[in-house]
Amino acid sequence: MSGRMIANTAGRLVPEKVNGQTVIPFKGVGGHRPAGKKHGPTISTALDYPADGNKCVGSLKEALIKCGLCDGMKISTHHHLRNGDLVSNEVFTIAEELDVKGLVWLPSASFPCHQPVIGHLERGTIDHIEGSMNGEIGRAVTDGKMRGTAVLRSHGGRCQAIQDGEVTIDIAVIAAPSADAFGNANGMYGPSACGGLGYVLADYMYAERVIVVTDNLQQFPCMPMEVEGNYVDCVVVMDKIGIPEQIISGTTKITSSPDRLLIAELTAQFCECAGILRDGCAIQAGAGGTSLAIGNFLQKILAAKNERARFGFGGSTKYMVQMLEAGQMEHILDAQCFDLDAVRSLKENVNHHSVSVFNAYNFHSKGNYTSMIDIMILGATEVDVDFNGNVVTHSDGHLLHGIGGWQNCLHAKCVILPIPSVRDRIPTIVDRVTTLVGPGELIDVIITERGIAINPLRRDLLAAVKDSGLPLKTIAQLKAEVDEIIGVTPEKPHLTDEVAAIVKWVDGTVIDTIYKVAKSEGEK
Amino acid sequence: MSADFYSGVAGKLSSDCRVSYQPREAGGIEIELSGKLTGMYGRANVELARRTLSQLGVVNALLRIEDFGALPYVIMARIEAAVKTAHPEITAEALPEQKPQCCTQSRKQRRRTTRLYLPGNQPKYFLNAGLHQPDGVILDLEDSVHSGEKLSARLITRNALRVINFYNAEKMVRINQGGIGLADLDTIVPQNVNVILIPKVETAAQIHAVETRIAELQERYALAEPVYLMPIIESALGVINAWPIACASTNIVSLAIGLEDYTADLGTNTSATGIESLYARSAVVNAAAAAGIGAQDSVFSNLADKDGLLTAALEAKQLGFEGKGCIHPGQIATIKKGFAPTYSEIERAGAIVAAAEQAKAAGIGVVSLGSKMIDTPVVKKALTVIALAQDMGLITAKAGGL
Repeated sequence: MSGRMIANTAGRLVPEKVNGQTVIPFKGVGGHRPAGKKHGPTISTALDYPADGNKCVGSLKEALIKCGLCDGMKISTHHHLRNGDLVSNEVFTIAEELDVKGLVWLPSASFPCHQPVIGHLERGTIDHIEGSMNGEIGRAVTDGKMRGTAVLRSHGGRCQAIQDGEVTIDIAVIAAPSADAFGNANGMYGPSACGGLGYVLADYMYAERVIVVTDNLQQFPCMPMEVEGNYVDCVVVMDKIGIPEQIISGTTKITSSPDRLLIAELTAQFCECAGILRDGCAIQAGAGGTSLAIGNFLQKILAAKNERARFGFGGSTKYMVQMLEAGQMEHILDAQCFDLDAVRSLKENVNHHSVSVFNAYNFHSKGNYTSMIDIMILGATEVDVDFNGNVVTHSDGHLLHGIGGWQNCLHAKCVILPIPSVRDRIPTIVDRVTTLVGPGELIDVIITERGIAINPLRRDLLAAVKDSGLPLKTIAQLKAEVDEIIGVTPEKPHLTDEVAAIVKWVDGTVIDTIYKVAKSEGEK
Repeated sequence: MSADFYSGVAGKLSSDCRVSYQPREAGGIEIELSGKLTGMYGRANVELARRTLSQLGVVNALLRIEDFGALPYVIMARIEAAVKTAHPEITAEALPEQKPQCCTQSRKQRRRTTRLYLPGNQPKYFLNAGLHQPDGVILDLEDSVHSGEKLSARLITRNALRVINFYNAEKMVRINQGGIGLADLDTIVPQNVNVILIPKVETAAQIHAVETRIAELQERYALAEPVYLMPIIESALGVINAWPIACASTNIVSLAIGLEDYTADLGTNTSATGIESLYARSAVVNAAAAAGIGAQDSVFSNLADKDGLLTAALEAKQLGFEGKGCIHPGQIATIKKGFAPTYSEIERAGAIVAAAEQAKAAGIGVVSLGSKMIDTPVVKKALTVIALAQDMGLITAKAGGL
């Protein structure tokens, strides 16, 4: 048992203290308003930095030492180099060489290439991770390989925590595909080009120390300056910061699964029938195969009516770029580029803009972009009969999916989850989600291959589509169909009572707890 | 140590399982279960396996199940297949409980524009097949099933007919050729199948053999529902005999043509234009029309070529076929589009039907449209076009002028 647990407003038990800090249980959507002043790093002075603007140091190791790397520090990195990131692992390899212990890693997201951190967790270089985790790193968390407790925050929640001082970053290490010796940097050019750097703004503004690492040093000024050198302490030049083919997929692909295409088509039809796909609307969808198919169907409908969306919010893909270039979308606001066409478009198209999640998603911003979006397409691992959503754990209790910006996106005008109702006998629609990540009141529509369930709270949507001929069902009907297919009620996962991770809501409160999974018999 | 008997295919599976069965002299039942869903369904699957073995009369055995999210009916069928491979003398069946929504009936006359082929041993395709709204699903026991999987396919198909909701699709099964095909019938016919597809038909005698076997089974099991037949003509001799085949039974709903084997029989291959099979296709359509039944065109095998598929469907419609086989759900919409009545066809049919109704109301025996006399078969054809257009959702009942 990991200390006292408290039931939050959603009825989920959450720990009173996490990694020694007292936390606030979830108080309901809109129920928490932090007060006081924003956090700020120590005042710096220009006197301490070279007048010639050259902040280059010899190596990353030298930079980390110069920035005072020591036990227990909080180190942030970002995921714009995705699965091709060569910088984050290097930070912890150096820390281990220097015999530094108990670090906290704050990645904006982690990828399979970051698996070496599992070793660092086991050997104590890293105490715990606070950030979006998936795959093997996520599994390591629920397998109990982390000393401290993992903290899952949305992209916006990460900005919130940095800005209100819940998290104080000691050193932010920013991998930059292009940079100058002063520290100005962007992601658009160079051998490791990735597009925009939408996740770095809060970190470089609020961290005590900022290191920019590049493999493409430019003469001052490096433009555009997505990272402003005035916030940067050191610049490091490495031979290679990323593996290009792992940074950007050459091409993102529409799903070829007939079942997923069916879901995509139903989703597009729903958007049209509900009247939310219209001239001047705003759209956000992900880069998964189903989302891309939905984008394609939406584009066809808009083109047929000679209408266009006012803007689409990225991550951008070639399909979004096609909409922009064919005239079905006026602007792309983009936090990351998923494929080469998106990177090209960001450079070429004046209406393709790099923006930061700091502006779009942050709870402490004076307004967010997401609440202006008409059509929001998201995924989920599970939804329950109250429309609550889970996007991080599987039904077996393991943490396997990144939280990303999912919670922030729930604030859009119409949140649609197009998901298969059952995947290889694993039901997607359940009585109670394994982990509560998104409250049901914010999830409007579930679209499966077996029909569409609209949240009863959305009477407007129900009224808009009641005569559409779409296969409308209640969520209970969908669940009953799925239950009949799977035949028996699945056994609940065997969880321990040890806390492996907590899930934060966008305002910094704790919405749910993820427990360590019990080792099954025979498993060592 | 006795040998292992298997059911299941190699490689990465989904919604399926691999079963290995080892008969033993003593020691009772031992079950080893593996797969990532063991935590969710381990206990239920062990219990299911025990029940299945008990239904088959097996009391001593080692059973290993590698599960990839197989539904219970699949696990049961694979266990039964492994057991019966070891003991072909077992006649007991381990049947999953029949679901009421699977007892769907069919009619001799109905739309059969799209028929979706599903390999009988690949249950992952079964669950959602009906959601793609084909007019029929063909659970295939023949060419798409490897020889080592024939028994498994037969049993998985049998169980699927009892539990899987194919929604409005007509349930068809393509049996094997010859004696295996007749044995397929023993297992399949009692399970609410609507249509039996008979492959490589060359003579009326083949139809009679199938029909006799079905009649015996209907009597034995007191089955009231008709089982319709769809012979597939796939050889030069079959084409020659198309007429006697079409007339061989009143239960035949359509003649289908299969072109891969036919062209091989001619010593040629299937080309893009299909010129080599024009005669055979027309001969089959002609024989079917003479017998008052439908004709079904072959499949289009290039999945990536949507334009080619549309052209092929339009051509098939023009030749007089009523539908085409589909080898992927992605082909259904395109084939429907190809066979759909055109706007001008619907318009003309509507005018003809309206004229016929007017003539009937006025008590006039002769129907005319403008200065043209309309024959009864033309009116009948017009009614078919209107019905098809309504069925495909192209027009509402009112717009059709009815």
